Amino acid sequence: MVYLTRKVEFSASHLYHNPALSPEENRRIFGKCNNPHGHGHNYVLEVTIAGEPDPRTGMVLDLKELKDILQREILDRMDHRFLNYEVPELAGKIPTTETIAMAIWQLLEPRINHRGQGQLHRVRLYETPDLFVDCIRNGQ
Amino acid sequence: MNVILHRRYRFSASHRLHQPGWSAAENRRVYGKCANEHGHGHNYVLEVAVTGPVDPSTGMITNLADLDAFIERHVLVEFDHVYLNEQVPAFRSLVPTAENICRVVYDRLRAYPHARLASVGLEETGANSFEYAGEFREKP
Repeated sequence: MVYLTRKVEFSASHLYHNPALSPEENRRIFGKCNNPHGHGHNYVLEVTIAGEPDPRTGMVLDLKELKDILQREILDRMDHRFLNYEVPELAGKIPTTETIAMAIWQLLEPRINHRGQGQLHRVRLYETPDLFVDCIRNGQ
Repeated sequence: MNVILHRRYRFSASHRLHQPGWSAAENRRVYGKCANEHGHGHNYVLEVAVTGPVDPSTGMITNLADLDAFIERHVLVEFDHVYLNEQVPAFRSLVPTAENICRVVYDRLRAYPHARLASVGLEETGANSFEYAGEFREKP
């Protein structure tokens, strides 16, 4: 098994607010992330594909194809957006790093795994260099 | 998929690699300049990974404020700007290599009540890094 990782960056804003909770409770749980005007990050996304290289090409999958999938599924949706309001997959959710990473996993998995070669192995999303979340295929 | 949250912390400390049961020559042979009598220091980067279900009401595996406070209270207060060999009781009888620091920190963090500890990583310098995953990797 070979693991291939591609990295992309996007910049977006978000806020943490649960309408089922009181303003005080939101402030207590989410702190300054509850600022109603939101705030932003430069997110760094690393996507890892696991697979056996195709003997004809030596590739697990064509990087150009992965680049196009990431552009279409992630960057076109999330780059320079307010995640709470502009990304349907995050509507009604708290767009924490965990939540965004899981949404990215759900978006990418069907686009990558149907090809029969290479499986989505890990989505790693950095909100800052000191805070990041991994979604890893079960059993790994 | 499994979701794992990683958070990085920093502390600066000095240490000396020295086994009191060995001769000076033996310590010098094994530990080289790390055995120098008066110790030396590093800017350590501690990487803590926790896992567990993501609470839909917060979007979080654990509230970072809780995690930060726990790490501060159980590790950083005692490890930052000290001489590890003398000032952290565990290292009075255990050589404070990065490997052993990882294990001591891991044992302290297992008590974290809000998520399951996945691993403890330690960068001693930009070139040397270590990771201890305890029972998590052995019995997934």
